[in-house]
Amino acid sequence: MYVATKGGERAIDAAHDWLAEERRGDPAVPELTIAQIREQMRLAVNRVMAEGSLYDPDLAALAIKQARGDLIEAIFLVRAYRTTLPRFGSSHPVETCDMAITRRISATFKDVPGGQVLGPTFDYTHRLLDFKLMADGEAPTAARKPADPEPAPHILALLDRDGLMEPLAHDGATPRDLTREPLELPADRPLRLQALTRGDEGFLLSLAYSTQRGYGRTHAFVGELRIGTCAVEMEIPELGFAVEIGEIELTECETVNQFTGSKTEPPQFTRGYGLVMGQSERKAISMSLVERALRWEELGEENTGAPAQDTEFVLYHSDNIQATGFLEHIKLPHYVDFQSELELIRKLRRAVAPERLEAAE
Amino acid sequence: MTEHAYNFAYLDEATKQMIRRAILKGLAIPGYQVPFASREMPMPYGWGTGGVQVTAACLTPSDTLKVIDQGADDATNAVSIRKFFERTARVATTTATAEASVIQTRHRIPEERLSEGQILVYQVPIPEPLRFLEPRESETRRMHALEEYGLMHVKLYEDIARHGEIATSYAYPVKVEERYVMDPSPIPKFDNPKLSGMAAIQLFGAGREQRIYALPPYTEVVSLDFEDHPFEPMKADHDCDLCGAGESYLDELITDDAGGRMFVCSDTDFCAARRAGGHRGRLVPEGDAA
Amino acid sequence: MTAHDPHIGAMTAAIDMPLLSVGGLTKTYGSGRGCANVSFDLWPGEVLGIVGESGSGKSTLLGCLAGHIRPDAGRVVYDLDGHARDTVSMAEPDRRRLSRTEWTFVHQNPRDGLRMGVSAGGNVGERLMAVGARNYGAIRETATDWLERVEIAADRIDDRPRAFSGGMQQRLQIARNLVTGPRLVFMDEPTGGLDVSVQARLLDLLRGLVRDMGLSVIIVTHDLAVVRLLADRLMVMKDGRVIEEGLTDQVLDDPQAAYTQLLVSSVLQV
Repeated sequence: MYVATKGGERAIDAAHDWLAEERRGDPAVPELTIAQIREQMRLAVNRVMAEGSLYDPDLAALAIKQARGDLIEAIFLVRAYRTTLPRFGSSHPVETCDMAITRRISATFKDVPGGQVLGPTFDYTHRLLDFKLMADGEAPTAARKPADPEPAPHILALLDRDGLMEPLAHDGATPRDLTREPLELPADRPLRLQALTRGDEGFLLSLAYSTQRGYGRTHAFVGELRIGTCAVEMEIPELGFAVEIGEIELTECETVNQFTGSKTEPPQFTRGYGLVMGQSERKAISMSLVERALRWEELGEENTGAPAQDTEFVLYHSDNIQATGFLEHIKLPHYVDFQSELELIRKLRRAVAPERLEAAE
Repeated sequence: MTEHAYNFAYLDEATKQMIRRAILKGLAIPGYQVPFASREMPMPYGWGTGGVQVTAACLTPSDTLKVIDQGADDATNAVSIRKFFERTARVATTTATAEASVIQTRHRIPEERLSEGQILVYQVPIPEPLRFLEPRESETRRMHALEEYGLMHVKLYEDIARHGEIATSYAYPVKVEERYVMDPSPIPKFDNPKLSGMAAIQLFGAGREQRIYALPPYTEVVSLDFEDHPFEPMKADHDCDLCGAGESYLDELITDDAGGRMFVCSDTDFCAARRAGGHRGRLVPEGDAA
Repeated sequence: MTAHDPHIGAMTAAIDMPLLSVGGLTKTYGSGRGCANVSFDLWPGEVLGIVGESGSGKSTLLGCLAGHIRPDAGRVVYDLDGHARDTVSMAEPDRRRLSRTEWTFVHQNPRDGLRMGVSAGGNVGERLMAVGARNYGAIRETATDWLERVEIAADRIDDRPRAFSGGMQQRLQIARNLVTGPRLVFMDEPTGGLDVSVQARLLDLLRGLVRDMGLSVIIVTHDLAVVRLLADRLMVMKDGRVIEEGLTDQVLDDPQAAYTQLLVSSVLQV
């Protein structure tokens, strides 16, 4: 006698309890604190903030803890939280030229006003496992020097002054807001940049890499990569002027791209732009390469059919929360549709002559 | 985080207004896919976020909600979504189709005829019926705008040429009021006839794809076909083994490893109500009360 | 959708009205390429050849005429049931409807004009279904008939064009385009990329269809042999401008412009 499967609710509750237990791991091992994650897993925190589109290191650290270190799951938690927050207004655009710099490099000029600052980077480390960290994670104190009073203007602005850079188009219009309006095509540059900055790091890395290997090649030089903190200012209607409401860490990458001109544009350097919350260097560089590749149409370049040139393809597939949800939804029951397919296959097979079925078997 | 930290039915009022505007536009242009700024929900995309947002925008505190997945009230995802609204909206819930004012569904239309005043909310994974013929959104929107639907029939033509009949068994495309071609969501084509002339409001939400579309009450919905190969609803050629219903959509269950199987109503509420009313199927012994 | 029988349309059209009247058509690109100030009339049943080297602007011109490219200036007036309609200023839905019913476009590469993943029958049937045909048997019958008219065996109806030779693909494209009985056909190098013997067979077929159906045709090609066989009248283009026009035999046998003389002599040398 068949008894209908009941107890979906009990199964869910039990699964949640089990999950919580697994997250905690061996209770004999001390529990991670949010502060530990925030301070010692900072790059993971940065990625969760960047792709979660919410600058809050503590909440990002909490999400990482709750997600057992699954960063896409953590990003999802942050996004779902972010969407419930009321919006009080928008800040002024951040002035990245006034950034308090912790790292600044240029691959195009050896020396630049404001200097190159290597900063805390993996770049020239030898990738050898440091077994000392297994026993003792204490770090030596790094040498310090006073902050450089010399301003560090954007390097592309210097090229700009010489008229070698494409002029920046600025129509003063308020960009569309991807978090408030559906993505609709054609997508202009501000919309593309919004989508890319919250896009999946791995996806953008692969696309950027594909442009370097010839699928939509853009001949990019890193004109400048800078990391540091910027003040966020907001106009308070009651006050009538802008006040600083906090500061955020940003990574900005501007590429200089060779460009020999097209039927609409003279030969000049063009730019690709990447701006990402936190120290997210790989993502910022990837973003600037993909961003530049997507600009082929406005620059009158040839569409070579490369994936990185296809705005619809890139924008519709860069969001890892959309992607992972849809991918994983195929775990849900599809009994009804499958039953339909079963009936159809049986019907089609009945229509086929029996000898053909035998021959196939 | 407690549920009290969130607004009624989770979404903030401004978001609900935005969704309601999209729903109203959808009702005004039956079958047209209205873009809307879908929010991240606390469940993954593809798991009913579109339906959940539409339901959230429709719910009032006095509503009674029913949630089904594959026709069943007790499927895990249906349970999860029902719980979500119990927590965030504290509305009454039910499994009885007739008692619900809002029904959120995945992949089925209830067997029981719905009535005026009810709202049926469908979860939609891919709202675009032309998607697998033309992958570009910019192009498919143009095709809808210009009513260029020849390609849709090419697909049906190809099915018949190859298989002798239209080989689409679910998410079977329909034409709404002789204008828009619409994807009815992945319901089995058995359910398609129920779409047309339904007394209840039908709303379709696709969260990831950021689209809402709608059928107002008593809308004419026609399943695409050819004159000489008319649309045919399809179900397993059995009666329900539990309640004996001959006209309901059936799930096939494998009961042993020797080819034993049974067929039961996929609509659990319909089946239970019939059994409560004394109907008996093949596998229910006489005198055994349900 | 307004169903339109092309044959009735052709009969009711005033005889002193050209089917297509083009005036001052201009489309330039930054590089200086394009076409400038092109004007001509095309009469019902007439075949007009447009010749010139690559870069002469003839493809741009064809694109503007067919509504694929938006011209910078000028008009393309079409006789729609006795009503003169400027297709340049026409709304997009009307233009698309026109290109589903009255007009058709034969691409140089059959891949651009066919659905390679759809059977031959589906390819031919698509235009019928696009204008409302809903009887599978009738669609199939018409498709079979058209396959035979373009010399493709009826038993290939369920094969996909991938399995066809280049010449067969091109003939299939022609069947797909003509099945709804259009009045005006645009052709872009329809014999390009085919072997000479295959070309000859295709040209022969085209000539027969044009005559039988009373089609008006605008055909762009660099191949003078093609226009000699098909075209009543000829326009020679260079640097985006029409430099010579007249009856085909007249232009080819007694070219006036130096450039045309060069074109004609180079073909004779081949």
